[in-house]
Amino acid sequence: MDETVAEYIRRTVLKIPRDEIKMMLQKWGFLSEAQLQTLNFHQVKDNISQDVVQLCEENSADIKQAAVLDIIYNHTYHNKRMWSVYQMKKTGEELEYFDLTDFKKKFKKRLRSALKNVTITFREYEDNAIWIRVAWGTPSRKPNQYKPSYVVYHSQTPYAFISASVLKSNLPLLCQALVVASNYHDIREMELRSHSLNSLKDIVFKRYSQNFQTYCPKPLQEKNVEPENVDLRIVQENRSEKERIQRVNQEVFGDGPQPILEFAHYRLETMFKSDPKMDILDKKEPFRCLVKFSSPHLLESLKSLAPAGMADAPLSPLLTCIPQKARNYFRIREKKGLFPETFVSP
Amino acid sequence: HLATSLPLPSERDHLRPRIDLIVFMIDIKSKYSLKNVEASLAHVDASFFLGKVCFLVTGVGRVNYCSIDTNAICKLGEAYCSPVLFCELELEGIRVATAQRLLRMLQICAGLVPGVSALSFGLLMRKSADD
Repeated sequence: MDETVAEYIRRTVLKIPRDEIKMMLQKWGFLSEAQLQTLNFHQVKDNISQDVVQLCEENSADIKQAAVLDIIYNHTYHNKRMWSVYQMKKTGEELEYFDLTDFKKKFKKRLRSALKNVTITFREYEDNAIWIRVAWGTPSRKPNQYKPSYVVYHSQTPYAFISASVLKSNLPLLCQALVVASNYHDIREMELRSHSLNSLKDIVFKRYSQNFQTYCPKPLQEKNVEPENVDLRIVQENRSEKERIQRVNQEVFGDGPQPILEFAHYRLETMFKSDPKMDILDKKEPFRCLVKFSSPHLLESLKSLAPAGMADAPLSPLLTCIPQKARNYFRIREKKGLFPETFVSP
Repeated sequence: HLATSLPLPSERDHLRPRIDLIVFMIDIKSKYSLKNVEASLAHVDASFFLGKVCFLVTGVGRVNYCSIDTNAICKLGEAYCSPVLFCELELEGIRVATAQRLLRMLQICAGLVPGVSALSFGLLMRKSADD
């Protein structure tokens, strides 16, 4: 077995938390059940990984099998990577039957025609998701297995989720191969990025609970109030306002859990508006500014702003439109023609 | 009675007892909270500022998250001739101690402590703050 393959397998096993190693090796299926029985999973991880490499040596593992183990690791711990969403476009409306073998063949052919040294691995999962791992090399160097790119393509949709490696120059090639293999004709990057792959899927497949415009004239009186210790000595003067906020929040965010996003970027390209007398920035140039909201769970924290008394309800639509518009990167430009010049020179 | 801002909703006027003490809570982590308090102050009758108003600043334990300058709050207290208390609600000991202080102030403001009026107590608080 190749030295580099052995080292790669060893490092991959080391990444896995000790309690999960057995399960992941079983999913991999490269080592037989009998071989797995011989492993002691209670020793130090260093030793476990050495033992695994030993067994792989016996089975003569090559880079292909090692890559499969890597895909399994990344599929389980997909939240460790940053994912971008891409949308593909078709010219016509023809519904073509998706042929997996055809897809794989075309993908490999397209990549290999441009770049000889690539490792391409596929793995299919239940929800029509095809995981593709690509390790990139150069004409003179073997593929770098430690910086692969991952593509998750749902064949029944025009969406692909890509976690590019640091080598961004390979991105156009990857996109091209994807488009050709899936019989689309164009691909564009959506302004939507997050670590949580499932949340991205929820947003683009519209699987999160959306606010349905049901006509609700008055908040239901029998709505179950949170079972907090209602101390009868405390009188809430603004109960109706609190209820209004809850209602507005529910209309905007819906009832269910929000998709997990970590940030929202707003790039401002607007003019700086100041008191004309203060004479700041007399150059009529847009004031470039980037506003970034970040949080472990951005949408949930936005949802709790108004009930916590930190913001007025309803929130700015710039914040609440994030799931509907399926984007968390925005560019805000000047509204043309709406606000005419207000300062008049004497 | 808890309110998020003033003026109080008029529909509950008939249910409200006499107000003896108004505590304005300012969260030092939120500029919005200070703005809200400043806007609400305008709705308070002048007679309350003779010792029946107090500012309570919360969240002072988390130094990294201060959004409001304490000087600004102290100036607010001076401008309205009312004491400013600082506390951290997340610590039970301080929470209890602050509640006890407020309760004591309330007793004085309600006239339940013979010999001490709200005004004289307010002056006492101010003098000790200046020292």
